[in-house]
Amino acid sequence: MACPKCDFVYSVPEVTSNERAYCHRCHTVLIAPRRKAGKQIIALAASVLILIAGATVYPFLSISVGGQTHSASILETAFAFSGALTALAVAVLMFIVIIPAVRLVLLIYVLLPVIRDLALARYAKPAFRMAEALTPWAMAEIFALGCAVALVKLADLADVAFGWRPGCSPPWSFWWFSPKV
Amino acid sequence: MGLVACTRCTRVSPMGSTICDRCGSTLASRDTASLQKVWAWWFVGLICYIPANLYPMLETRTLGNVSNATIVEGAVELAHHGAFGVAAIILIASVLIPVSKFMIIAVLAFGIQRKSSISAHYRLILFEIVEYIGRWSMIDVFVVAILSALVQFQTLASMTPGRASLFFALSVVFTMLSAQSLDPRLIWDSENNHDTDSPAATGPSQTSLEKERSA
Repeated sequence: MACPKCDFVYSVPEVTSNERAYCHRCHTVLIAPRRKAGKQIIALAASVLILIAGATVYPFLSISVGGQTHSASILETAFAFSGALTALAVAVLMFIVIIPAVRLVLLIYVLLPVIRDLALARYAKPAFRMAEALTPWAMAEIFALGCAVALVKLADLADVAFGWRPGCSPPWSFWWFSPKV
Repeated sequence: MGLVACTRCTRVSPMGSTICDRCGSTLASRDTASLQKVWAWWFVGLICYIPANLYPMLETRTLGNVSNATIVEGAVELAHHGAFGVAAIILIASVLIPVSKFMIIAVLAFGIQRKSSISAHYRLILFEIVEYIGRWSMIDVFVVAILSALVQFQTLASMTPGRASLFFALSVVFTMLSAQSLDPRLIWDSENNHDTDSPAATGPSQTSLEKERSA
């Protein structure tokens, strides 16, 4: 195997469950196995998918000023950009809903046969590659922090209340090294 | 060594292979157009970043008054209200991070083109920081989206996103693409070429899998 960051070549070492193999030149983590990682990822992915569906449709923030109340779902949030900015609405929707959801579906598709010791799913390889390529473009957690900033910004203007919370995906990358193909 | 490595699954294949036989990724010993792509995205990103700061990010109408705030004005206004923490987050995410990203990517790209006095290991850390942190600049666009979706009370108060939000989002996307097109292995090639202490500082830089060691 070769380090993906600096191309240093190694013969693949045996690494047990609580060990990690680092590249000795650039210190990139090369192998970090975890027991039952597959099951955990599938369980979390499935629950996050449900949360995303809920958070997208139901209002997740509401605001009231002088007796008037207004609430917004994630869908409405994305479509706050209209007119000349419609392209941005689509982009925001991709970043916070579609890409995270697609990634999770791909992961489940790849991992389900793996944890059941069945043959790999037919398109497992391209699916996993795509899931990895999408990682930087899934921005649900950034959106969550954005909610917090918006709340503080509005706090002196109005009463703001949480509705359904956005499904915030945990940093998956930590689990990713183990189920390598 | 006549090998080419897969950056997705770390498998090594014989030189000249174009597709990894384990995971199916496209293989290239080095992405020879890497720097060209980096600079191309970098310049487009920089060009978009200028209008992003000049145009208003958010239009606020309260009881007939219209106020337009650019990114920096918005943060200053927050600080006036006493929300220093949030003002800091906005300033860091939309000014400090983008500007330092432009600078770091430029430093890395220059470091590959000429000799760099910064060690390769330090430059790789810089690269990983840039790659990780770039996405967080998008927070400002999300805040604008949330605010303008929520604050819609016809005459009383309403907020609409300004043109800057589009340019800002584009700038973030372009710099992310710029960072992604940088092939970090090139950093180590440039190190090897003029590092005389290195035991295997040999050969042409483009085919440089010279060392073998077990971890």
